[in-house]
Amino acid sequence: MDNSLSFKRGLHDGIPIALGYFAVSLAFGVTAVGRGMPWFIATLMSTTNLTSAGQLAGLGIIMAMGTVAEIILTQLIINSRYCLMSLTLSQRLDGKFRLTDRLLCSFGITDEIFAVASAQKTPVTRKYMYGLILLPWVSWTSGTLIGGLIGNVLPEIVMSALGIALYAMFIAIIIPAAMSDSHVIPVMLISVGISCALTFIPYLNRIGEGFVYIIAALVSAAIGAYFFPVSENEDKGESADE
Amino acid sequence: MNKYLYMALMALTMALVTYLVRMIPMVFFRRKITSRYINSLLYYIPYAVLSAMTFPFIFYSTGNYISASVGTAVALFAAYKRRSLVTVAILACTAVLCAEGILLLF
Repeated sequence: MDNSLSFKRGLHDGIPIALGYFAVSLAFGVTAVGRGMPWFIATLMSTTNLTSAGQLAGLGIIMAMGTVAEIILTQLIINSRYCLMSLTLSQRLDGKFRLTDRLLCSFGITDEIFAVASAQKTPVTRKYMYGLILLPWVSWTSGTLIGGLIGNVLPEIVMSALGIALYAMFIAIIIPAAMSDSHVIPVMLISVGISCALTFIPYLNRIGEGFVYIIAALVSAAIGAYFFPVSENEDKGESADE
Repeated sequence: MNKYLYMALMALTMALVTYLVRMIPMVFFRRKITSRYINSLLYYIPYAVLSAMTFPFIFYSTGNYISASVGTAVALFAAYKRRSLVTVAILACTAVLCAEGILLLF
């Protein structure tokens, strides 16, 4: 394998991400049709959004006939992490990145793609970015398509098992983070506490699913940022990942 | 409004918002954020969001609370053992499958 950041090298580095995305997007497709969303809408969502947490939240809002304001706010909050990743990565791109490249490559910023791209020792080339994004994107789309098509014919027990996949992946992100930075633990606990309160307490639970995430995340992160500010020399972009 | 049209428009609205969040910083801002508070907020938000999305909703994600709890316990343990995202997901799904299979026997 050559060491330059070529298109081929990008494709190669994208393979493990693509495999993981296929499993997760398959589960998303199955979950979506299980909740009554047709397969073609789920596939449209995957191919245009390329994000797991945002799509799962979006699915809940859409199937509950939520409002446009609710979905916009939810996506803004849930996907705000991409803002920081994009910002971080924009400072590591090589000089050949044109405006069109920035416009196209920014579409493919996900937790995993950002993690791999930003871990490169040399400035990231545009060919490498295109290679890196291609397979995960194709796999995210086709996984949803296949999951959506077979979802209704899968035995109920298999559907039920796949339903937990995305949540398990979230656990795989937050637990190691809590283990390596103990300040994350109170933030997570407060967030879960608010989420439970807004789900179970009568009257409070009339709030939309999307607003539950927004309120829980903003309040707990604001408390965390106030009491445990992150030190200046820490690389937040990378530690916010995996 | 037609139900499918509503869903498609909502999906595309999501896509637009998500794209703008990714695109604007890469195209327009080339400077580093210096506010320590904003940096800290941005650092905590992913974990806060994922926590709120996971709990309590993971317990409703399968056929019943029992299999969901088994799956959650397995996921927590595998994550604690620092298994990869995909491994944790597969283990949790397998655990749910086993739990529901056993529950069917009763």
